[in-house]
Amino acid sequence: MTRAKVYITYKAGVVDPQGVTIRGALVSLGFQEVQEVRMGKFIELELEGSSSDQLRSRLQSMCERLLANPIIEDFRFELDGEAAGAPGVKE
Amino acid sequence: MKFAVVTFPGSNCDDDCYEVVKEVLGQEIRFLWHKDRDLKGIDCVILPGGFSYGDYLRTGAVARFSPIMEVIIEYAQRGGLVLGICNGFQILLEAGLLPGAMLRNSFLSFICRDVFVRVETKETPFTRRCEPQQVLKLPIAHMDGHYFADPEILRRLEGEGQVVFRYCTARGDLSEEANPNGSLSHIAGICNSKRNVLGLMPHPERASEACLGGEDGRLIFESLLAGKNGLS
Repeated sequence: MTRAKVYITYKAGVVDPQGVTIRGALVSLGFQEVQEVRMGKFIELELEGSSSDQLRSRLQSMCERLLANPIIEDFRFELDGEAAGAPGVKE
Repeated sequence: MKFAVVTFPGSNCDDDCYEVVKEVLGQEIRFLWHKDRDLKGIDCVILPGGFSYGDYLRTGAVARFSPIMEVIIEYAQRGGLVLGICNGFQILLEAGLLPGAMLRNSFLSFICRDVFVRVETKETPFTRRCEPQQVLKLPIAHMDGHYFADPEILRRLEGEGQVVFRYCTARGDLSEEANPNGSLSHIAGICNSKRNVLGLMPHPERASEACLGGEDGRLIFESLLAGKNGLS
């Protein structure tokens, strides 16, 4: 089994009213250093098989077809101990 | 004219659509279950409002992969009439039958009230009975109705006259105050380039009888009939 972590974030230029609201709350709590907050989604999956190019390519496809909406969102993922790659880029 | 309305798990406006088509318009309508794979020779399919699959992941994201959507996508590509209302609009966006995406409302609240929308084009099967620039009073009820598209898609929508409804004041003016959810360019409804698929956030089925507080929504359903009977 391989554990995958998928991070989904709004693209630059897409307004994120939740992020704006959270920033406002942080600033009102005295955290004036907060310049911007962007909220996203985090999804964990348990995948059959060991980490491989094929598994990465399957996960890429899951993100493109369902987990993220490419019109408004970017995604990146990591398998087990790997560090997350660039958004949506298959290595 | 034969209509169908699709019931997804979590749809809650399917009965309202059924009632309007059957009792107000006096037309045939049947329910289709999301697992059906046959449209059974209909002339128009309605994707109703509600919270299909609990709005999990993104609104419409899971419903878009229901078995019925495969045949609806094919039907739309052949030129079949598809009307998506509220969650139905969100499903059409996720399915790629209409361009763009929905974001959370700007002020993060669920909005349930009457709004005014301006008919931007009557050159669609859904608006041919409206007057140009006619202002309709229709109810909205949604959390994710903030329409978004990248500049190129928006340019194409505007250029091809695919923006069908815009939020406006009672007099038909566009203003930030009259835009309830922050939608780009005040967009409340759009159609595809072939003009056989319409998605809109307001609920015409909730405003098709005087006893429900308004009849403006009926114009959209009557427009569909006008085409069928060659009255347009």
